[in-house]
Amino acid sequence: MKKLGKSNSTTRMLLGPYSVWAAIFIIVPLLFIAYYAFTDNNFNFTLENITKFFTATSQITADDGTITEVRTYLMIFMRSLKLAIISTVVCLLMGYPLAYIMARAEEKTQRIMMTLIMIPMWMNFLIRTYAWMTILQDTGIFNSILGFFGIDPVHIIGTEGAVIIGMVYDYFPYMVLPIYSIMAKMDIRLIEAAHDLGCNSIATLRRVIFPLSLPGVMSGITMVLIPSISTFYISQKLGNGKFFLIGDAIEGQYVANNLHFAAAIAFILMIILLVCMGIANYFTSKRVYGGK
Amino acid sequence: MKKIIELKNITKAFDGETVLNNISLDIYDNEFLTLLGPSGCGKTTLLRIISGFVQPDDGEIVFMGEDITDVPPHKRNVNTVFQKYALFPHLNVYENVAFPLREKKVPKDEIDKKVKEMLKLVMLSGFEKRNVTSLSGGQQQRVAIARALINHPKVLLLDEPLSALDLKLRKDMQQELKNIQKSTGITFVFVTHDQEEALSMSDTIVVMSEGVIQQIGTPVDIYNEPENAFVADFIGESNIIDGVMIKDGEARFSGQTFPCLDKGFAPKEPVDIVIRPEDVDIVPVEKGMLEGIVTSVTFMGVHYEIIVDVKGFKWMIQTTDFVDVDEHIGIFLEPDAIHVMKKSKYSGMFGDYSSFSDELEQLSVGGNEE
Repeated sequence: MKKLGKSNSTTRMLLGPYSVWAAIFIIVPLLFIAYYAFTDNNFNFTLENITKFFTATSQITADDGTITEVRTYLMIFMRSLKLAIISTVVCLLMGYPLAYIMARAEEKTQRIMMTLIMIPMWMNFLIRTYAWMTILQDTGIFNSILGFFGIDPVHIIGTEGAVIIGMVYDYFPYMVLPIYSIMAKMDIRLIEAAHDLGCNSIATLRRVIFPLSLPGVMSGITMVLIPSISTFYISQKLGNGKFFLIGDAIEGQYVANNLHFAAAIAFILMIILLVCMGIANYFTSKRVYGGK
Repeated sequence: MKKIIELKNITKAFDGETVLNNISLDIYDNEFLTLLGPSGCGKTTLLRIISGFVQPDDGEIVFMGEDITDVPPHKRNVNTVFQKYALFPHLNVYENVAFPLREKKVPKDEIDKKVKEMLKLVMLSGFEKRNVTSLSGGQQQRVAIARALINHPKVLLLDEPLSALDLKLRKDMQQELKNIQKSTGITFVFVTHDQEEALSMSDTIVVMSEGVIQQIGTPVDIYNEPENAFVADFIGESNIIDGVMIKDGEARFSGQTFPCLDKGFAPKEPVDIVIRPEDVDIVPVEKGMLEGIVTSVTFMGVHYEIIVDVKGFKWMIQTTDFVDVDEHIGIFLEPDAIHVMKKSKYSGMFGDYSSFSDELEQLSVGGNEE
């Protein structure tokens, strides 16, 4: 097959609109973020914003009155990371079997399932989050249903659980779709070959299907982990503002007009994510091509 | 010889369309058996029933005296070489071949020994660390064979394994497969639509059409004594002529009576006469038993392929002597050149070279087959 690109004028022309778009709305803003992160209000070079992220401290009063000093932004980052990882794992655990079943289902069933997964994405993100508020409130729909069956109400809103539910709900399709598209393309004969060579269904899943679906799993994880680590609205609404996340921090600094510090947090977050994804991709590609 | 697989009254339909119709077949230990037929004849389905990927609607599969009809594929002592090899792209050559042994938790050094042995058998020593996707078609084929043989299955199933290779490589692989089969003593069940391949490799050929076995026999039997017009046409080239068996050793066709070797037909029984193009002798008109006009001559390298109009019926004759278009020639048939077959549902459908269009159609169907 002829490769795209390289001194092909048609190709360059077709890529033109996107190149312009990418330059104006992706590259330039990224450069601005970096520029702001390393400058002070007078646009002189400084590392202060970066060091502030790692060193700023604040005091937390626990229920028993003891006061502990913590590094504010590192703590917020770790909390974001924890919630994002949990959400991603939940998405993966629910999404992988679903994608597998979907890919093996009849075409008509596949279409119906796909539509069901996509429907929530047709609604606005804010509206979805508000809907979850109504559902999860102490007097909300969920507790009303529990009450109907004579079960005591559960306090969900304002807990980490509520934030995780919100994130999973929002980002679930981004986990299922890449895994599904890899599974649907997978050569059925490879699965038959595994059976033929002595694998039962579980061994086939472990030794053939899963390793081959890893690229889909990786892009699913990327597409869920990254937005959920930097999410900010869900935590405010479903966490009752109790779980200040790194996205909330960026938003807060931005709203308070601390543009340089907001940029610094965003910049650091981006670097950390890039490094994580780089490491993950390195290990995946090794598994995919090297064997043992 | 010991029976290794017995298929008893196997019937299978997909979406109400019968693919296999009451198939019974015995496969013997250590034989190279070929399922041969045009696309859609059910040969691949039959193979998949043996491997366990398809459940028959009716009938049973007996493997070394044991009914395995309901045994899942991974518990059957047969392995398959898939049509497009189906190598695991995430594993290198070594791991592909070691795959079945790892599942059986074979000790490491034993795996190592066996994998090296297998790679040597398929002449791929030194390819252990190679990525399977970087191999040529022939090399991938060898890896697939090594992987399927490493468990020493009783039976190896091969689903058109050579169809993706080019002609030269194909010939080499045919020879090599035959050698591997002899040296390992494993029973091979080989599926193909290529009659030449079947003739050159097999101990036994099973000719199938429309989900029914047409004939089972050695390559020589199948070629020389085809059971019906379908087999005669599918295996090699044949002139198939409407005739009558006057009595034992005497057949009448094309308005003449010929001495032949066949017997056992009812007096005056209508029959199909098969005459292979290479068995026809061209003689001067006055010495011929039949007379015809040459309508086309094609140079094929080893011989000329000529079409001769004999009383409106077009014969194909292969000859090393040159004759010209429009030439009148005489045709002489030795008694053993004439093969008499009972009438069948295929009578009249094949064996007339009035046009090559049917032939071409069949070739293109065969060529398109996945």
